[in-house]
Amino acid sequence: MINMSDKTVEIRWHGRGGQGAKTACLLLAEAAFFSGKYVQGFPEYGPERMGAPITAYNRISDHELTVHSNIYTPDHVVVVDETLLHTVDVLKGLKEGGILIINSKKSAAEIREMLGGYDGKLCVVDAERISTETLGRNFPNTPMLAAVVKASGVLDITRFTNDMRKSFGHKFRTKPEVIEGNMKALQQTLDEVTVE
Amino acid sequence: MAIRERMSGNEAVATAMRQINPDVCGAFPITPSTEIPEYFSQFMANGLVDTQFVPVESEHSAMSVCIGASAAGARAVTATSSAGLAYMWELLYVAASSRLPITMAVSNRALTGPISIGNDHSDSMGARDSGWLQIYAENNQEVYDNFIQGILITEATRLPVMICQDGFITSHGVANIELLEDEKVRDFVGEYEPEEYLLNAENPLAVGPYGTAPYYMEVKRAQAQAMKEAGTAILDVARRFEELSGRSYGFIEEYRMEDAEMAVVAIGSSAGTGKAAVDQLREEGVKAGLVKVRVFRPFPAKELAEALGKVKAAAIMDKAESFSGCGGPMFAETRSALYDLEQRPALVNYIYGLGGRDVTVDHFFHVFRDLEEICSGGEVGEVYRYIGVRDGGAEK
Repeated sequence: MINMSDKTVEIRWHGRGGQGAKTACLLLAEAAFFSGKYVQGFPEYGPERMGAPITAYNRISDHELTVHSNIYTPDHVVVVDETLLHTVDVLKGLKEGGILIINSKKSAAEIREMLGGYDGKLCVVDAERISTETLGRNFPNTPMLAAVVKASGVLDITRFTNDMRKSFGHKFRTKPEVIEGNMKALQQTLDEVTVE
Repeated sequence: MAIRERMSGNEAVATAMRQINPDVCGAFPITPSTEIPEYFSQFMANGLVDTQFVPVESEHSAMSVCIGASAAGARAVTATSSAGLAYMWELLYVAASSRLPITMAVSNRALTGPISIGNDHSDSMGARDSGWLQIYAENNQEVYDNFIQGILITEATRLPVMICQDGFITSHGVANIELLEDEKVRDFVGEYEPEEYLLNAENPLAVGPYGTAPYYMEVKRAQAQAMKEAGTAILDVARRFEELSGRSYGFIEEYRMEDAEMAVVAIGSSAGTGKAAVDQLREEGVKAGLVKVRVFRPFPAKELAEALGKVKAAAIMDKAESFSGCGGPMFAETRSALYDLEQRPALVNYIYGLGGRDVTVDHFFHVFRDLEEICSGGEVGEVYRYIGVRDGGAEK
């Protein structure tokens, strides 16, 4: 396989149709764009229906990106729905030293067991709890986005936080209460998540 | 100052349409071009354009709307894909033979059989003999730039133009883009002032009459002449666009071809993937290059002959079958373009990426390995090949 430019980070997202994996993937592209990066965010389209497994991809780089293929050897993998672990080989092609970032209420040990003794880097984020505590409802996208940024180190955290405040401010200018909720969700995730 | 943005190829086309503010948009949605009329109708609802947006019941009617509008003297645009383009077929010929300027975005998608929403070029390649100009884009930036240029090219040549991009791959992929300011685009495309049009009472004319035998062939000959001369307008618009944007465009783009011994010829997003393979091979000392075909109609025969005349072997990539039994459309025309060269490279053809089959950097490595063998004296063998297919067990 091609050895991509050192500074290109490739991320693969796994989710289910309707859960927002595609949206989160595009949010990450947007956040990286704000940070001055070259970005790609694209979903892989199959027969689309609610609940069906879907895949989405990000490339983030300091250089212009010309490759237009899917990603087979990701630097990091994000799993938005842990039930996918039973049906999708989410670790397929994950690079040595790459991080699996997963939305789950389970412990890291339980996730490792579900993955047949996976001993690579792991970041478990309970996006539902964080989102419920901060936004009052289960909107996992902001915690997932923050978890990916924190775990992967692909963006400068301070700049990311400032950019997202502006972005939420723009997006929710008619609903200011949502801005603070999202910022809280973002901050709480950044404070909480660890890679082990 | 250019506006740094990030958006999908479809949004880029819709943005170009908003900045152009055309008179009429014929609209019927079909995956993966649906977002274009979606975005555009939002612009219209928000009062950002004063285009007559005509939502119709089929692509046949969408093209008919454009034909009627263009004949009447209006600047007309539309967008489509796949079966939608196929359903326009009859009208494509009407538009071209009536010499009506129309700019149509095509988000390329496979034609049905079996049903597929995936990308390939079978839709627009199938329409290659319809008399339309065809310009292809590697990424969202190019499709945006091409659409803006397309308006002036179609009006200068009086040949309708398809502005093509790869469905999903670039149409739905979000990436960086540099937009031009609205007023710069509006100044660039200017007001459309057709020489002749139906709503001009001073100078009545007929559009689309019966072409009896004494006249039909002259009409076709005139279309052929317009196509032969279209290159001048394409380059002239490109030159003016470069002054505006700093981005240069031609019929083809030569990538690391200066001293190349072998080359790949590709259209659309895969050209970008191929460039990554070329870069890697160059680091290993392999003299690899790539030629991207931007303008397919008129066919850049002279430019391809010049570019490929320098190499020992070239692979022509076709993202469409033509079922000739001996190669795809790009291959047939490229090989023909090289026939008169005294020193011809060995040419092979790869059918690839049909129906959304992913095209990887590894595929290009494989193609270049095949070319290396040919360059070092290996037998060329069968020139009509497939890549990325499960073919009797051995996936290439």
